[in-house]
Amino acid sequence: MPTAETNMPGWLPLKSTFQGAGDFFLFFVRFLKESFKRPFEGREFIVQCFKMGNKSLPLVLITAFIMGLVLTIQTRPSLINFGAAALLPGMVSVSVVKEIGPVITAVICAGKISSRVGAELGSMRVTEQIDAMEVSAINPFRYLVVTRVLAATAVLPILVIFADTISIFSSYVAYNIHDEMSLTSYFSAALSKLDWIDIIPSFIKSVFFGTAIGIVGCYKGYNVEGGTASVGSAANSAVVTASLAIFFIDMITVQITDII
Amino acid sequence: METTNNNETVVRINGLSKSFRDNQVLRDIRLEIHKAENVVVLGKSGSGKSTLIKCLVKLIEPDAGEISIFGKDMSEIEYEELNQFRTKIGFLFQGGALYDSMTVNENLAFPLRHHKKDMGSDKIDEMIHEVLENVGLPDAGDLMPAELSGGMSKRIGLARTLILKPEIMLYDEPTSGLDTVTAKEISQLILEMQKKYKISSLIITHDITCAKMTGDRLVMLKEGTIVAEGTYEDLAKNEDEWIKSFFS
Repeated sequence: MPTAETNMPGWLPLKSTFQGAGDFFLFFVRFLKESFKRPFEGREFIVQCFKMGNKSLPLVLITAFIMGLVLTIQTRPSLINFGAAALLPGMVSVSVVKEIGPVITAVICAGKISSRVGAELGSMRVTEQIDAMEVSAINPFRYLVVTRVLAATAVLPILVIFADTISIFSSYVAYNIHDEMSLTSYFSAALSKLDWIDIIPSFIKSVFFGTAIGIVGCYKGYNVEGGTASVGSAANSAVVTASLAIFFIDMITVQITDII
Repeated sequence: METTNNNETVVRINGLSKSFRDNQVLRDIRLEIHKAENVVVLGKSGSGKSTLIKCLVKLIEPDAGEISIFGKDMSEIEYEELNQFRTKIGFLFQGGALYDSMTVNENLAFPLRHHKKDMGSDKIDEMIHEVLENVGLPDAGDLMPAELSGGMSKRIGLARTLILKPEIMLYDEPTSGLDTVTAKEISQLILEMQKKYKISSLIITHDITCAKMTGDRLVMLKEGTIVAEGTYEDLAKNEDEWIKSFFS
């Protein structure tokens, strides 16, 4: 007897993709609605901010330090060839603040935060902890999803500020390998090339990155079906989807900033 | 919310059906639970027992039929009102479903902090101590769920539901995965809680010893349909081969 699967038309995978996108959209709309409802789970929000920030900060700082160092060392010879070595601090700061800092921090957080949230909520789903919350008349969406997405949204811009600062500092370290400049002078030269039009879009972009990282991790984890194997898949899928989302958001914000 | 007198119906299920794709799990279920009564639903794995109690608390939406709790039709209920009913219904999950990032004390305090916002920390501690005493684990408060055995997890899961003083308890396979002695202890605990708090219970199980110990009335579920109903003694005398297979 033919089964439903053997009769499946060829366009069905496309249908399931659109269905997935629709489900994600509804999940996001629900997040927006629940965010404005009371009571707000302030305690859980603070716990999540601490967990996300505290656990991501060392990796973000190490990566940012390396990025600033590498960028300076690799760019310096080209700038010297063009006789523009004095522009090095400014060039590094603009690159870091406008693009490298937010994107690298977001990609690292996609790995750290999105996967952790995806795995955590996924395992809570398969061990019926989310159902237990639901039947205890505690709204699991508000307690688990809203707090985590808002925490990621709040923490990411702060991590980006740390990353930008440490990158410019490592750039100063790299600069002083061959030349000599005081820390104050270097930061002064670096910041003189930055304008609010560079900083504000970058900050807004970081906020969107944080929301994307949080919502993707929560969506993947919250909707896990099946056993423990699905938890690993959810965490993995959360990282991949969040990373892609970061680059899409980056592309769109660059276009908007360019128009402005 | 309506209150009930003794022997009054607290849960009424009428014509309940549920399918997952082509698989019909529940067919036209009709069942009543009275005040302070223990009803056991007995059936083999995959007979739709867990689906039945998940429909009761709206973790699963039924396809057809009516469920009324304390006289209120659950199909028309709004989310906020549903949550008010849920505080009156305790649900013990198969694995206990303890929040694994919290200690036992935090697990027990969690529902209180959400539903009894005016309750002070001292009162919360006192209630935690009381329910831990009731389930026979007075010193388990500082343990993490990962440090508990299967039987302990079920006891703490039970304590977490009892702390809100429910009027109805739903037990999903309370003795599954436990050794015979621990299973009997859990069954005994269910009975004690019923007597102490006058709770109406629906116990889902395939464990005939648990059913015998805890059930005032047994309901046999086969492929999503109720095939027999009565006391343990009544059903033990039934001549049907399928029913006899549980009692042999």
